[in-house]
Amino acid sequence: MNALSEFAMLIGGVLAILVVATVIGQVLKARMGPGNDVVDNLVARINAWWGMVALLTLAMLGGQAGVVILFALLSFAGLREFLTLTAKRRADHWALVVSFFVILPVQYLLIWADWYGMFSVFIPVYAFLMLPIVVAVHGDTDGFLTRVAETQWGLMICVFAASHVPALLSLNIPGYEGKNVLLVAFLVVVVQLSDVLQYVWGKLIGRHKIAPRLSPSKTWEGFLGGILSASLVGAGLWWMTPFSPLEAAGLALIITLMGFFGGLVMSAIKRDKGVKDWGHLIAGHGGFIDRLDSVVFSAPIFFHLTRYFWAVA
Amino acid sequence: MLHRGLPLLVGNVISLFARVVTAVRGVWQGVEPVPRQRIYFANHSSNGDFVLIWTVLPPALRARTRPVAAADYWLTGRLKAFIGREVFNAVLIDRNPETRRHDPIAQMIAALDEGASLILFPEGTRNMTDDTLLPFKPGLYHLAQARPETELVPTWIDNLTSVMPKGQVIPVPLLCSVTFGDPLAVVEGEDKADFLARAEAALTALAEEVAR
Repeated sequence: MNALSEFAMLIGGVLAILVVATVIGQVLKARMGPGNDVVDNLVARINAWWGMVALLTLAMLGGQAGVVILFALLSFAGLREFLTLTAKRRADHWALVVSFFVILPVQYLLIWADWYGMFSVFIPVYAFLMLPIVVAVHGDTDGFLTRVAETQWGLMICVFAASHVPALLSLNIPGYEGKNVLLVAFLVVVVQLSDVLQYVWGKLIGRHKIAPRLSPSKTWEGFLGGILSASLVGAGLWWMTPFSPLEAAGLALIITLMGFFGGLVMSAIKRDKGVKDWGHLIAGHGGFIDRLDSVVFSAPIFFHLTRYFWAVA
Repeated sequence: MLHRGLPLLVGNVISLFARVVTAVRGVWQGVEPVPRQRIYFANHSSNGDFVLIWTVLPPALRARTRPVAAADYWLTGRLKAFIGREVFNAVLIDRNPETRRHDPIAQMIAALDEGASLILFPEGTRNMTDDTLLPFKPGLYHLAQARPETELVPTWIDNLTSVMPKGQVIPVPLLCSVTFGDPLAVVEGEDKADFLARAEAALTALAEEVAR
């Protein structure tokens, strides 16, 4: 099969899930009546999923350009949310302007140019060292390390880590030429499905809280059920990857675990900063980071494992 | 058509830009976004302040809401004059009592009498200090006395100072919000100082609520 027909099969499956979810949401809404917060939120989430799936499908059909542009925009939206909450003073203005309008676009141009040697060090080395220099020359030392470090964290999470999703398109995997966009689809579908399944298992049979101080809604039942069922689905999607079924299951397990812990880490930051959601632009979900935290934590690991074991230079 | 269309288009482009940079969100906490005559009185730290309020208003309200702005700023240069007069339909007042030919309060009352709502910055100038607010100018009191049926809505614009600190020209994209509080009115027998203190306190309280 070629990439397009495999992609069409995947999207067909996703749309089938969405149709079922939408029907369930409407039935619950009709049965519980209006004003049930959990059901209202569920319906809002499902509606937002339609939009997100449409956007992702469109981007993937646009090939490398589509995926690079989509994730550059998502990085922009994520960084905008992250840096809203970080410590900053007037002296940081130029560092922030450079982060948004130089570092972010350059990182994605490097991804577009498939320049692995540069995009993998540009932020951790060059931006990491240049940013404190830009801040230091303004002479304001109050909370210096906190200000610089929090801005660097924003860049690492929202730009560097996120850019590893489109970076998958630069991998050269023998026998898999022209199909890399399916790796993007595999990563995003498995990790996001894991989030959804953790939510579903948690709502259905969740009893024991796994991290009550970080994230009161996460339960052991949701965690185990979500991770394992999403890994099974990942194994079932082996036909669209360069992996065997067993390898696909292993990678799916790793990225869903990374996704879970990514959500936990980002929740810890939200607690620390005293907010419930990162933003408000995705109805029912919160901000962009609320939806992307799991993908962002799993993407670099997935990229490097695939690159090391399956790709050639 | 063209002479009405261009200001509308420019207004929408400016609003879109404001949304890209700030993802601004309107929080209708004390009032609903309904077509009542109001004076939205807000904190003032940036030239983008009224753009944010204007952006979060539903289009029907937007068309009938006019910012009160300084003629000495908005009439310097043709582009600014076009934006001030045609796009935002501002009530342009002369802040200098020596040179002015129109009474600002009379201009604002005339706008209210034509059915418009107003966006007013009672601090009178941009707040460049670290204090929450500068002392209010008395205009808000005079308007409230002259047109007591108009709702006075405290309006807190949050985080725009971080987007564009003093003296900077390139904005940093950060999330902003505009929160509308409980409306005020002048109480029977209340004097100017008491009313202005109460209005300042209402806006300060709203700011503290948003910060939490």
